[in-house]
Amino acid sequence: MGKKKYKLKIDRERCKGCLFCAEACPLKALSISDDVNGRGLKYVVLSSPEKCTKCGLCVVMCPDCAIEIVEEE
Amino acid sequence: MGKTYTRPNSMKDVLTHYCPGCGHGMVHRIICEVIDELDVRETTIAVAPVGCAVLAYDYWNFDTTEAAHGRTPAVATGIKRIHPDKLVFTYQGDGDLAAIGTAETIHAGNRGENISIIFVNNGVYGMTGGQMAPTTILGQITATSPYSRRSEKEGFPLKIMEMMAVLPGVTYLERTMLTSPKEVIKTKKAIKRSFKRQLDKKGFSMVEILSPCPTYWGLSPLESIKRIENEVVATYPVGVIKEDK
Repeated sequence: MGKKKYKLKIDRERCKGCLFCAEACPLKALSISDDVNGRGLKYVVLSSPEKCTKCGLCVVMCPDCAIEIVEEE
Repeated sequence: MGKTYTRPNSMKDVLTHYCPGCGHGMVHRIICEVIDELDVRETTIAVAPVGCAVLAYDYWNFDTTEAAHGRTPAVATGIKRIHPDKLVFTYQGDGDLAAIGTAETIHAGNRGENISIIFVNNGVYGMTGGQMAPTTILGQITATSPYSRRSEKEGFPLKIMEMMAVLPGVTYLERTMLTSPKEVIKTKKAIKRSFKRQLDKKGFSMVEILSPCPTYWGLSPLESIKRIENEVVATYPVGVIKEDK
């Protein structure tokens, strides 16, 4: 049995672009998008996925449960 | 199943109506995480306030009722006396708890009702347009204090927690803030301790959470959390204010 892999899943429709997650990220892997979501708000994207260690601090800070850490399929 | 970090089961899969950067969403999620961890979703009764969080029952997947403005601790008292084995907590803002509901809050604490109060303090009336609240700090500009709050005209900010600390019926008081992951985790610990104390029948407990209101502070969400760290904490120091054994 191999080691399980996890990934960061960002729901762009839930995100309101407050950037609390990007501020909390110790490796600055998150940034704001160029386009907008269905509600007309800019949303956060994982701009440097190679930096992300899935520490979960962005999940702790998210007011809208837009970021989740899930097992990779 | 491996460990994953996802939306708590007690939180419904709906979008909230809160502004970007509002602290309510975070506190809602923290409460739901604590309820999931204590495994009390089926035996919890929450009382929602009047204020921005008035629609909290749309977001929580446990029994929630609604009280008249400020009367939330009185309604919770009645529920707790009928259902002493249920977890009963109120969720209130500063306009609800510290202005119109001062009497209910103080007397519920003085009677030592075995309930928990989650007090979200952002220093303004968010629902009605950012008017001055009793908890607005000195020097803050709001819709009804355009020259900023001055002690000689509008009085001093009301420190509810320090007032409650002198009442013998109150057993646990803690003030926390939502400025960084560390502080959010401390908030979660405080809420968990408050709920656990209630389940152990230790009496009245209250957690005050300093929360940002970017819309009516006229700041960006990130500037708002900096403002809490730099200005609001000077008036409302964080930490455990009272803890009885």
